[in-house]
Amino acid sequence: MLDIDKLSVHYGGIHALQGISLGVPKGKIVTLIGANGAGKSTTLKAIIGLVKPSTGNISFDGNSTKSLRTKDLVESGLVLAPEGRRIFPNLSVEENLSLGAFARKDKAEIARDRNKVHELFPRLEERKKQRAGTLSGGEQQMLAVGRALMAKPRLLMLDEPSLGLAPLIVKMIFGIIQTINREGVTVLLVEQNAKAALEIADYAYVLETGRISLAGSGPELLADDKVRKAYLGES
Amino acid sequence: MDLATFFQQLANAVSLGSLYALIAIGYTMVYGILRLINFAHGDVFMIGSYLAFYAISATAMPWWAAFPVALCLTAALGMGLERIAYRPLRDSPKISVMISAIGASFLLENVGIVVFGGRPKSFPSIALFDTVVKLGSVSVLSVSLFIPAITALSLLFLEYIVHNTKTGLAMRAVSTDLDAARLMAVDVNRVISFTFGLGSLLAGLGGIMWTMRYPQLNPLMGIMPGLKCFIAAVIGGIGNIQGAVLGGFLLGFLEIMIVALLPELTGYRDAFAFVLLILVLLVKPSGLLGKKQTVKV
Ligand SMILES: Nc1ncnc2c1ncn2[C@@H]1O[C@H](COP(=O)(O)OP(=O)(O)OP(=O)(O)O)[C@@H](O)[C@H]1O
Ligand SMILES: [Mg+2]
Repeated sequence: MLDIDKLSVHYGGIHALQGISLGVPKGKIVTLIGANGAGKSTTLKAIIGLVKPSTGNISFDGNSTKSLRTKDLVESGLVLAPEGRRIFPNLSVEENLSLGAFARKDKAEIARDRNKVHELFPRLEERKKQRAGTLSGGEQQMLAVGRALMAKPRLLMLDEPSLGLAPLIVKMIFGIIQTINREGVTVLLVEQNAKAALEIADYAYVLETGRISLAGSGPELLADDKVRKAYLGES
Repeated sequence: MDLATFFQQLANAVSLGSLYALIAIGYTMVYGILRLINFAHGDVFMIGSYLAFYAISATAMPWWAAFPVALCLTAALGMGLERIAYRPLRDSPKISVMISAIGASFLLENVGIVVFGGRPKSFPSIALFDTVVKLGSVSVLSVSLFIPAITALSLLFLEYIVHNTKTGLAMRAVSTDLDAARLMAVDVNRVISFTFGLGSLLAGLGGIMWTMRYPQLNPLMGIMPGLKCFIAAVIGGIGNIQGAVLGGFLLGFLEIMIVALLPELTGYRDAFAFVLLILVLLVKPSGLLGKKQTVKV
């Protein structure tokens, strides 16, 4: 569904991505793990068109995304819940969700999706009039995921949804990612919490300073010695 | 100062404050969305006044047709300015954009001198706005009553757009987080363009009413009001629309009342704005209604 071929990204003199290739098949959960500064967020930003690749190709549904704006990609079902949540703190929870569906015209379906988000995260419905900036960290993450769902994603990309959250909330968010996936949404999950990510992933890539160093199914990487040492904190 | 003079000055202060408020809003909206001081905003105000002048005196249009035409052209000017002077520099350092803004301002002033001529022109009198109205012992020009009324309507209209329309929601999103707004499939360029159009429309409205109140036009007439309204926006908390309105009225009142109470300070009239600016910034650096954004991580 999403194919990345020899993607390179430069920030001035920094060569952040050095020709990475990866694929996300339809209906799967794929995860991209790696240490701080490895280039995970850069990969997602390049996919969604927020940074311009220097070389390489990205295609979504078999079509190159080169000439497409972020807006076009989102409208075609490629949606990113960005690192650090990036909710709009001065807008209400409700308005944040409306923004998620900003480009959609199908009023009835939007209302249905809003109900679905409220079902997944009852907390958001209780707080719908509240300013998003006053939500707790966990609630803000729920809002970020809910807002992304309002865009009606076919491929949902999540950048470190577990960041700064208590284990219980992480568990809940990951459970919801699986639920969403079972309902037909393909997922590309970027995580530092490698264990949690590998446990739910069909396929995984390890990114190390701008290069893919390892790839395999979730269980394979969970059993891999190098991964256990470097990312699962085992010795 | 007797009561009649006081009310007279009060009327003056309200209309000057209204005009400042209308112009200050344009600064604050553009700043809110692009973190850019649109130095050419005062000149857009000037061109708006000239457009109204020519629409009335060079065509056969009655004022109620001429003014809307002038307003639309002023809005288009603001949008064109953004397209040509600011958009190409969107990813450049702030200082480049600022220099471009200053350049645009000089350009508009000098084009004004060439096209409109340096000699001041007087705005034609329109009976409806130019009659003296007696309210008890106070007599004011009718335009001084129209100004606050039209300003109030414009503010309601603006409030409606910002808080009750989809475009308004997009404006608020873009002003908080441009990239996050892009991720919501917001057409950021369209929103920015719209913001410039709206701000320029209000500046044009201010310009028309300004020239009916002080019926002299010259190509540099936008500089002082522009500067003062920028200050008004900063005093109120730049980026905040209510703040710009508050700052505009504060400045209008201060200017009129100080001159009324202490006529010997008349020569320093234009300096009050700066004094007020310094005082406010000393006490509250983010402006009266400006708040420090706190973001939870
Ligand atoms: N806007 C930028 N300008 C310059 N360098 C950048 C920029 N954004 C990222 N980088 C650099 O690119 C590299 C990759 O950054 P990226 O944010 O993609 O890492 P990451 O894997 O997401 O890390 P983390 O887990 O900390 O979020 C880093 O070395 C970073 O310093
Ligand atoms: Mg990152």
